[in-house]
Amino acid sequence: MTATITAAPVRKSIVVKAPPERAFAVFAAGIGTWWPATHSVGSSPMKQAVIEPHEGGRWYERGEDGSECQWGKVLAWEPPRRLLLAWQLDARFKYDPDLVTEVEVRFTALGTEGTRVDLEHRKLEAFAGDAEKVRGQVDAPGGWTLVLDRFAQAIAQS
Amino acid sequence: MPNALTALSALGDPTRRAIFERLARQPRSVGQLARGLPVSRPAVSQHLQVLKSAGLVAVHAEGARRIYSVDPHGLGQIRAWLDRFWDKALDAFRAEVEKDPPK
Repeated sequence: MTATITAAPVRKSIVVKAPPERAFAVFAAGIGTWWPATHSVGSSPMKQAVIEPHEGGRWYERGEDGSECQWGKVLAWEPPRRLLLAWQLDARFKYDPDLVTEVEVRFTALGTEGTRVDLEHRKLEAFAGDAEKVRGQVDAPGGWTLVLDRFAQAIAQS
Repeated sequence: MPNALTALSALGDPTRRAIFERLARQPRSVGQLARGLPVSRPAVSQHLQVLKSAGLVAVHAEGARRIYSVDPHGLGQIRAWLDRFWDKALDAFRAEVEKDPPK
């Protein structure tokens, strides 16, 4: 195994008609207002997604029954320019403290036009070790493939 | 499952990534893939062989044509899922930001 192999990151860019301050606030503090409710990992339906507003803060979802499921944590909290999150859900969409992929979100002012939001989900190679770990479970009922299919359907329907 | 690292290095090439992302949206033949890309049909075939041996795509016959699709057991599936996921999530984010634009 060599450390130089990396997975291509997932990159997205959008422009929103709002200043960076508002874009950052809605993305982070307001994540509960827009995060798709279909993307829940808990056993209880998701009530709200939450990002605690400081470095080291937790990123989690709160279920309707009050239970909390962690997604990851805040690695860098630099309003209104940059937010760096650790996405720590494994290939079965279970929280794994040893798995760290990064989601970096940058907010760049575009004069009076608004803000460009650049999102990069990287270090996806962390899933490689995880995939090896769960290899035996991939084809098991309720395994990786089934979970992904369910998520794909949820996306298609939303 | 083939070696996951093979899968990841296979996706490091931009053309292969483009091919993989097209297949993630819809299964296609070599000819259909080549029409949408600035590379020759033999080059597409070569890239498909790499993706196939990395366990990222699977192939089946439909009449005389060979149709390629994303292998549902491949590691690349999670990347394809994340790609679609962030599209949906950012659309919802933009709608929320612009719902009440500041004066």
